[in-house]
Amino acid sequence: MLIDVGSLAVMGVTLGAVLGTAAKLLAVPTNPLEDELQALLPGSQCGQCGFVGCSQYAAALAKGNTPITLCAPGGKGTIEALAKKLGVHADTDGHEDKGPEVAFVNEELCIGCLRCIGECGADAIVGAPKQLHTVIADACHACGKCFKICPTEAIEMRPIRPTIAAWHWNKPGERATH
Amino acid sequence: MKLFPIMGGIHPDYRKEMTSEKPVVALPLPAALYLPLQQHMGAPASATVAAGDRVRKGQLLGRGAGAVSAPVHAPTSGTIKAITEMTAPHPSGLPTMTIILETDGKDEWADLPAPIDDPFAAPSQAIRERVAASGIVGMGGATFPSAVKLGLGTQHKLEILLLNGAECEPYLTCDDRIMREHADAVVDGARIMAHALGAPRVIIAIETNKPQAIEAITKAAQPFANVSVAGVPVQYPMGAERHLTQAITGRETPARKLTADVGVVVHNVATARAVHEAVRFGRPLLSRVVTVSGGAVVEPKNIEVPLGTPVAELLAFCGGAPGAKRLVSGGPMMGQPLPSLQVPVVKGTSGILGLTLAETRESEPQPCIRCGSCVTYCPCGLVPVEMASFIRHEKLEEAAKIGVQDCVSCGSCSYICPSHIPLVHFFNYAKGRIAALDRDRRKLEQTKALVEAHNARLERLAQAKREAAARAKAAQSENTDAGRANA
Repeated sequence: MLIDVGSLAVMGVTLGAVLGTAAKLLAVPTNPLEDELQALLPGSQCGQCGFVGCSQYAAALAKGNTPITLCAPGGKGTIEALAKKLGVHADTDGHEDKGPEVAFVNEELCIGCLRCIGECGADAIVGAPKQLHTVIADACHACGKCFKICPTEAIEMRPIRPTIAAWHWNKPGERATH
Repeated sequence: MKLFPIMGGIHPDYRKEMTSEKPVVALPLPAALYLPLQQHMGAPASATVAAGDRVRKGQLLGRGAGAVSAPVHAPTSGTIKAITEMTAPHPSGLPTMTIILETDGKDEWADLPAPIDDPFAAPSQAIRERVAASGIVGMGGATFPSAVKLGLGTQHKLEILLLNGAECEPYLTCDDRIMREHADAVVDGARIMAHALGAPRVIIAIETNKPQAIEAITKAAQPFANVSVAGVPVQYPMGAERHLTQAITGRETPARKLTADVGVVVHNVATARAVHEAVRFGRPLLSRVVTVSGGAVVEPKNIEVPLGTPVAELLAFCGGAPGAKRLVSGGPMMGQPLPSLQVPVVKGTSGILGLTLAETRESEPQPCIRCGSCVTYCPCGLVPVEMASFIRHEKLEEAAKIGVQDCVSCGSCSYICPSHIPLVHFFNYAKGRIAALDRDRRKLEQTKALVEAHNARLERLAQAKREAAARAKAAQSENTDAGRANA
């Protein structure tokens, strides 16, 4: 009886120690900051920042060796959120904000090849094989992946025109923005 | 009636005498009317006519789209010339879809809906539907669809319909004239609205600088036990919904809540008149009274203007405004600069002011001397000096924390500031910017949700494929087993 209990206890302690050390030694280092930064990015893996996807950009941001202004679909709001999280000054002067855009399918050029649909991470394009495709403007976040892959250049990125509902007064002393 | 004090506020030079004794005159019919499909808060109306159509007075031109919207009607008979984008009567000067109606001078009425014979026996729903179909919006300037506001009784227990005849903005006298000249219509409209709201009492609040209006309304309200008139002190911004509610009932509306949450709904007197017209005669909202005033205007007037009339025609009717330093739509405190003289009068245009240089009181902003006047005079109990310094450094979140979104943009702080700092301009910027950032954030969240759904779908498809492959493999091996057994 005593031998049973003792041997099990010894086994437990030894294996526990082995597992504990292994967890320490073989741990995959993750930076909690990376996860937080990734949560601020759109997550559509469009690659316009030059990295493979949002997590890679987040990793580079966490290391602090890349500008915070690279996320095109995120726009100015994302830049400001990143700046706040990283505690750096949002230097938007060098950043050329194209303004909000939306993808548009030119009906005369679309051949219904489905490639853009496969590319769209937000399911913002509808269509069927050999049928005209179209963009659901509300769901499009202008990552531009469909624009790049379209074989017939049927997709263009159109600027979203300012509307009265979205207009607001400029800051006193600053030039009007539209 | 016992009145309760409101905090802060200012006493500007009212200058109402320029037009207060001028009866409302009708404007000669313009050759063309420009009717934006959006003259209200909410979704724009969708056009129901096409270029070339002949329309008659009161005919529907654009149907309200969605829950918060309002239709647009033809203010006179004529031909639709085009439906196109034109400069909006909005400080941005951005284009808006506009119906151009060439008038034919016949002023021929279309078939109107039948009057509601006994509105007090009619269900609330019927009144609301009539108000909605008549395109009536809040005519004090907020232009919120009135039918939606009349539906507040379904969710809130209401005690009082407060009819707003304060008209605290300097220069403007359109509401004053309506109360004097159409007192019966205003009182009748108010009673109909109270019936639709289910509010047992009606209080008509008028600033005491309009004694004739108080007299006329008191006389008109005499026969009705549940309608009373209250003279409120002359103090800007007494006509702000929340402040008027507090002055009359002593109840303070909590931040980000409606006055309906404290049992009060506020409507403008001109809106009450429009409701009267719609319910008793079936006439939709086709015109409104506009005060054309200001030191630069040769002959200031109160004018009944068909909606869609270009501002230039109004000014021409008043002898022009030579030497006007600034043209404003609305009052001088909360009004907006006009982007052009070609923009039309819309449902929310209460005044057109041509102000001289002396009246605009424009000066270069000087550094803040921390006198604290803005804090004393803010009628919302905010700290403008601190909010402005946060906003100057783009610290919008901090500004929001101390209540910039509760600012009603009355402009008392800018008016009183001895250093001429454009305080309310800072707050308007901050409110707009915060809303824009909020929209961006919501868009990002929506995108993330869509991306996650997309990835989950791909994963499900892959899983289904794997399972199908496994099943096919299992079936195949079963077949071979069976084959072996047979052999």
